[in-house]
Amino acid sequence: MSVDKETVAKISKLARIKMTDEELERMAPELNNILEWVEQLGEVDVTGIEPMSAVIPNTLRLRADEVDADPKTGGGRRDDVLANAPAAEHGFFGVPKVIE
Amino acid sequence: MTELTSLGVKAIRDGVAGGDFTAREVAESFNAAVAEAAKLNAFIVTTPDHALAAADATDAARAEGKELGAMAGVPIGMKDLFATHGVQTTAASHILEGFKPQYESTVSQNLWEAGAGMLGKLNLDQFAMGSSNETSFFGNVSSPWQKAGTNAPMSPGGSSGGSSSAVAARIAPAATGTDTGGSIRQPAAFTGICGIKPTYGRCSRWGVVAFASSLDQAGPMARSVEDCAIMLGAMAGFDPKDATSLQMDVPDWEGALSADLKGKKVGIPREYRMEGTDQAILDSWEQGKAWLKDAGAEIVDVSLPHTQYALPAYYIIAPAEASSNLARYDGVRYGLRELPDGAGLQDMYAETREAGFGDEVKRRVLIGTYVLSAGFYDAYYNQAQKVRALVARDFERAWAECDLILAPTTPTASFPLGSLNEDPLTMYLNDVFAVPASLAGLPAMSVPAMLNEDGLPLGLQLVGKPFDEQAVLDAGLAIQQRAGFDHAPEKWW
Repeated sequence: MSVDKETVAKISKLARIKMTDEELERMAPELNNILEWVEQLGEVDVTGIEPMSAVIPNTLRLRADEVDADPKTGGGRRDDVLANAPAAEHGFFGVPKVIE
Repeated sequence: MTELTSLGVKAIRDGVAGGDFTAREVAESFNAAVAEAAKLNAFIVTTPDHALAAADATDAARAEGKELGAMAGVPIGMKDLFATHGVQTTAASHILEGFKPQYESTVSQNLWEAGAGMLGKLNLDQFAMGSSNETSFFGNVSSPWQKAGTNAPMSPGGSSGGSSSAVAARIAPAATGTDTGGSIRQPAAFTGICGIKPTYGRCSRWGVVAFASSLDQAGPMARSVEDCAIMLGAMAGFDPKDATSLQMDVPDWEGALSADLKGKKVGIPREYRMEGTDQAILDSWEQGKAWLKDAGAEIVDVSLPHTQYALPAYYIIAPAEASSNLARYDGVRYGLRELPDGAGLQDMYAETREAGFGDEVKRRVLIGTYVLSAGFYDAYYNQAQKVRALVARDFERAWAECDLILAPTTPTASFPLGSLNEDPLTMYLNDVFAVPASLAGLPAMSVPAMLNEDGLPLGLQLVGKPFDEQAVLDAGLAIQQRAGFDHAPEKWW
């Protein structure tokens, strides 16, 4: 499968990355090279193989049902959460007006 | 007195504990060495006060007769992928420039609690995506090594290139690294130092800027196997804040170190004999076998039949996870915001990410978005996850025949900065020997073996069974003792 400039434009839109025409021109062949190269995975016989998402056998733990058990990940830290926001207003994240 | 900057972790810790010198003297020496080494561009920010404060705390604790931590008095470099409270954390990106975390990553916190101090935040490939340290927004890092008779700046490897450069240049006795597909081992090999990526889950990922979460693992980089064992012990441990953290005790790796490999079987994977590998690398591999044999190990041939597919599988899985992880950089909660006049929310996202991400990051986010998109998910992502299962199964089968695996770390020695920029694929091939162990989540280490005819370091890689960092470290020690690698780059910076 190969991607053309229009496909790259569509992907970049899905990924929310603005790209100029010139960047799309440059990126399309680079992405094609990479995609062509990964195509070789199609040769591998994967009959009966489950896709692997966790490498080391581990179980998901349950934690105690306790509010703010670890203060680092608990609540009540609004100012810390907002400390790096580019536009914090009235204790909230500020964003441009959204009308849909 | 020996120059303090020539000392490693163990020598500093023991010297401070024994009263040969103070932690403050050590921190001052390294702070000065860091300040003189701006040409390497290894640090994005320096934090001499952090190093001094930690040193003073160690000196005070010693004066009071308190027990000292495993890293007491040792100032280290911190890869700028670890969140450090109040100290800029950028992942070498523009999009996080100026970001000052309001919390401390678990791994760095563990190190401070063990008595270490911080010399500064180390440069890296942007979001840890790269194998040469040329994708940083804050400029390339130079290796302290140069080809004999030339002065062209060489790559320190990547993504932990600031870490490898600083440790090899003796401006830090040790540094943290992270390894997603070779980012600790390849830079360690390029710069003649040691680096170990432990079993996936040993070191908490909490507070580490995420690249590919199913692969990312932190580990130490230092100039000896002992130093790596000490520092890994201080970094590792169960952390309830990371859902994939291993709920296991941290063994006393340092205490159990032994270079006697009697009864151990070392596997040599035949599929790692690849075209395009330097003859010098193949020679060093042969030498490595002889060293391990000399240490008492039995050498056996093993097969890892899916080796050639590991790298392409990685370049689907890692970008897929990255495209998801990097969705958080949207100009709302932290970091850069680009908001042209009259722009709406969607424009703000797209403009912020255009301005904030470098080319390699964009490439990988786009690849990841594509392979996860409707219609392509099965052909690419699912297939890659299945191949990953096969790569892991290869190792499981190999463990029936051997206790650990010896392989080269990289197919070539370091290369001049700028020489591999034409084609992203050539750069990716640097990690061909490193990626299989990453996909399988296995502990793996690079130790320096020798210099090639250009006077550049070559590394050997050891891969162990899950949770068996000890076997990896022990074999690393056996190689270290026999290689006697004590070369240091000549100072030009």
